[in-house]
Amino acid sequence: MKIDESKLDSIIKKYNNEQGSLISILQDIQVEYKYLPREAMDHVAKSLQIPRVQVFGVATFFKAFSLKPKGKQQIHVCMGTACHVRGSKMVLEELERKLGIKAGDTTQDNEYTLETVNCVGACALGPVVVKNEEYRGQMTPIKVESLLGTKIAKR
Amino acid sequence: MSKKVEKSRGEMISFMLNGAEVQADPKWSLLEAIQFYGISIPTLCHDEGLTPYGVCRMCVVEVGNGNRTKLVASCMHPVTGGLNVRTHTSRVIKTRKMILELLIARCPSSKKLQDMAAMLELKEVRFDPLNDDCILCGLCVRMCEEQMVAKAIGYAGRGMDRYITTPFDMTSDECRKCGACMFICPVCELRCQGPQAETTLCSGCINTEPVCASIYGEAMCFMVPCLSCIKKPEDVKA
Amino acid sequence: MNLSSVKELEDLRKKILSGRDLDKPCIAVCGGPGCLAKQCLQVRDEFIKEISAKGLKSKVDIRTTGCHGYCERGPIALIFPQGIFYQRLSIDDVAEIVEETVINNKTVPRLLYSDVEAKQVIEKENDIPFYKMQTRLILSNNRMIDPNSIEDYLAIGGYSALGKVLGSMNPPEVLDAIKKSGLRGRGGGGFHTGRKWEATRDAPGDIKYVICNADEGDPGAFMDRSILEGNPHSVLEGMIIGAYTIGSGVGYVYVRNEYPLALKNVMLAIKQAKELGILGNNILGSGFSFDVKVNRGGGAFVCGESTALMASLEGKTGEPRAKYIHTSEKGLWDRPSNLNNVETWANVPMILNKGAQWFSDIGTESSKGTKVFSLVGKINNTGLVEVPMGMTLREIIFDIGGGIPGGKSFKAVQTGGPSGGCIPENLLDIPVDYERLTEVGSMMGSGGMIVMDEDTCMVDLAKYFTNFLQEESCGKCVPCREGLRRMGDILKDITEGKGRMDDILLIEDLAGMLKDASLCGLGTTAANPVISTLKYFRDEYVAHISDHKCPAGVCRELITYGIDPDNCTGCGLCKKNCPPKAINGERKQTHVLDTGKCIKCGICYDVCKFEAVRKE
Repeated sequence: MKIDESKLDSIIKKYNNEQGSLISILQDIQVEYKYLPREAMDHVAKSLQIPRVQVFGVATFFKAFSLKPKGKQQIHVCMGTACHVRGSKMVLEELERKLGIKAGDTTQDNEYTLETVNCVGACALGPVVVKNEEYRGQMTPIKVESLLGTKIAKR
Repeated sequence: MSKKVEKSRGEMISFMLNGAEVQADPKWSLLEAIQFYGISIPTLCHDEGLTPYGVCRMCVVEVGNGNRTKLVASCMHPVTGGLNVRTHTSRVIKTRKMILELLIARCPSSKKLQDMAAMLELKEVRFDPLNDDCILCGLCVRMCEEQMVAKAIGYAGRGMDRYITTPFDMTSDECRKCGACMFICPVCELRCQGPQAETTLCSGCINTEPVCASIYGEAMCFMVPCLSCIKKPEDVKA
Repeated sequence: MNLSSVKELEDLRKKILSGRDLDKPCIAVCGGPGCLAKQCLQVRDEFIKEISAKGLKSKVDIRTTGCHGYCERGPIALIFPQGIFYQRLSIDDVAEIVEETVINNKTVPRLLYSDVEAKQVIEKENDIPFYKMQTRLILSNNRMIDPNSIEDYLAIGGYSALGKVLGSMNPPEVLDAIKKSGLRGRGGGGFHTGRKWEATRDAPGDIKYVICNADEGDPGAFMDRSILEGNPHSVLEGMIIGAYTIGSGVGYVYVRNEYPLALKNVMLAIKQAKELGILGNNILGSGFSFDVKVNRGGGAFVCGESTALMASLEGKTGEPRAKYIHTSEKGLWDRPSNLNNVETWANVPMILNKGAQWFSDIGTESSKGTKVFSLVGKINNTGLVEVPMGMTLREIIFDIGGGIPGGKSFKAVQTGGPSGGCIPENLLDIPVDYERLTEVGSMMGSGGMIVMDEDTCMVDLAKYFTNFLQEESCGKCVPCREGLRRMGDILKDITEGKGRMDDILLIEDLAGMLKDASLCGLGTTAANPVISTLKYFRDEYVAHISDHKCPAGVCRELITYGIDPDNCTGCGLCKKNCPPKAINGERKQTHVLDTGKCIKCGICYDVCKFEAVRKE
């Protein structure tokens, strides 16, 4: 993949080339590309003078990072304790069935990425699903269809 | 800190080791002191030339007095004046055996682990084998970084999915193919081809009659320690 | 403007206050996470629209605040100066509130709080049972200020503790006050804050760090989020005072990536404080300099552990290291570092303003002050509650929380997050206090309080926490990585009816090893949920193993769904919604469920309006 090094450099510069800001830098790159391209991580390692394997380690350790492109729409199902006792697993399974993918995957048309998150901090509304940063509280398997909209119902 | 350890050169500090008062260099780790006094405790992720990592937890020892004791990894713990250290209490042994049981369930093909099982008299593995090849002791990673100064391998993933790899799982220029990682790996060697080679826990050496003498004649088994040679037949049958 | 002395700070405060009319009507709309999810911003925008349409723009203030705590009743708006509490608002209610309350000074009874049992409507926030029994020292300011306005914070006395410290106290005096107050860490371990500060202060080294742990990862907890989102300056003020006491020039706030609003608010707060000279070089002309940087977490629960958090701040993976040498001596970049969580820092200014004695008068012998809990799960009044230490769990759950919804019975309360344990009904009268919670096999933790009713399966819950920790374990040490893997496997077998009685012994062996041999706090406490459920709900484990039954009807492999012909009206709703099309039947005829096709998703059970779907 071709990457724009000047764009990366401006992100790295924002954090004064600090090694300690590796996670923040990778986060900004992910916002830019919707995932972490290998070439971008190579460039970051070179600029910050840290081993490439460390960048790879950090990118695979933290849940926030993805090494493959994510879908246009992102659906996060909260699996926190409060959501769990109120049945978030059922909601997740219905989403998996409707989208035809497992949690962590992206649909073939690159439209949806389905992910779980360990608590979004909106525990009072459990089960919570976050669709493109919009919180939907008190979810049930039946509400999944309206969450996804009519487009997906035809799948 | 009230209990500041004097770290001046040459001055030794004393602590209790298995009931005896002993002296040690304050720069040593507990493990170094314990080994200095000739007490053998099992280790997997430790190597003298590398920074201690403290992950296998085989070297745990019990420290403290009375009811207020805890287990610590001796390879990481500094020698501290007045510490009461015991290396083979029942709590320690039980913990080491449980850890070894977990490791053997992960890598039953490791000769090193099987030998250690014989040494600790581990009789049973209660988990299904995973047949992995790596116990994630991290010796190779530290070898590559500290001795070879290559930083060509490291960890990826986390938790149960953690593994050791090259950057982006690809062949890389950082690796000079020196082989130091393979040299130091405690598990990547062929398993002893003894009588129960295929089982999760072989314990062939301690559970059967010694076989080496009759098969190999005078050729000594180089594997240390093959306990079959030192166990008397009546112990073995019991 | 750059304030160069404490006096200038006080002058600024006076100026701000003199420009404010306390009788001026103000609509404070809660913008906490719960209300946000219920579209409170649309309600606020409607208020803005309505107020300007009525030509009241200069006469009425509208404030978007942090979390008010009573998430169950959101979206919430408070109308000042009367202090009227309106709840469960929609945009359609806005015009009526403006007309009746803001203009005509009357109330809109249908939007007020009403208690189903007492059948009374309550106007004022403080009279509502949920609020009445709380002691809201930290949370109460949330509704008074706009978190994006430093002037609002100054108007309620913000940064006066800092002024007092820089103007009239030397670091040992501040340290003494914190030690005397008895404040203990609100993040998990409950270590004495004063002693921690002292150790870092006394540690050799010129460069020292103070760190705010805002990587609130406990599932089911959102206290720190609400404080940081609603009142970021209070946390900053605590950190500046801490840095002054310890002798630190640089601080870090490590914010969880999932909390974008907290991140935004704290960054803005830092900017505002720097502009006023409250943060940065030569703070308030005192000669003391301190800067704060913000780092984002990457989504790893283990980074709540101090050494893992520090590794992450160094740009490494969040792996903990052995703490035989404390972080107060060798922490971030191997330098002395003091880490406290958000709530602990937020307590600091209050202690210095009102005195150590005042603070230590609240609470129990060993646990002082108040504690914020997130009261969630199967409870009527979900939300954030702040109570003095020593209040009983029963008071919190039944008097403040309003008990269990739907007439179900209480089963257990889980405190302390994945490191905590489950507390059964017969222990509900224990006071909330660090020691007592630990005694019964749980812990204070950061303050998650998840209530469970009879429909919660305790084995499933133990499995849930074990799976959570499996995923979140860093994988560095053997006990945690391999031990949790095996523990999860065993619990999975039990919930699928494949367990054996000696599995319980094996779990206990594993748990003992985890506690003794793990490298960090995540591993040593990881067995707590399993141990506490085994201790108090052993019969549920036995029922799964020997009877192959899940008493709560949760474990899917052990239950079957069926349709009760007596109750089925043949409405067809279940048939329509059934994903594998396992339900058949003509309209208005009794439906039949094909158990061979059934995937036990539970949708039919949820949609049936006639209780005709049964779980067995």
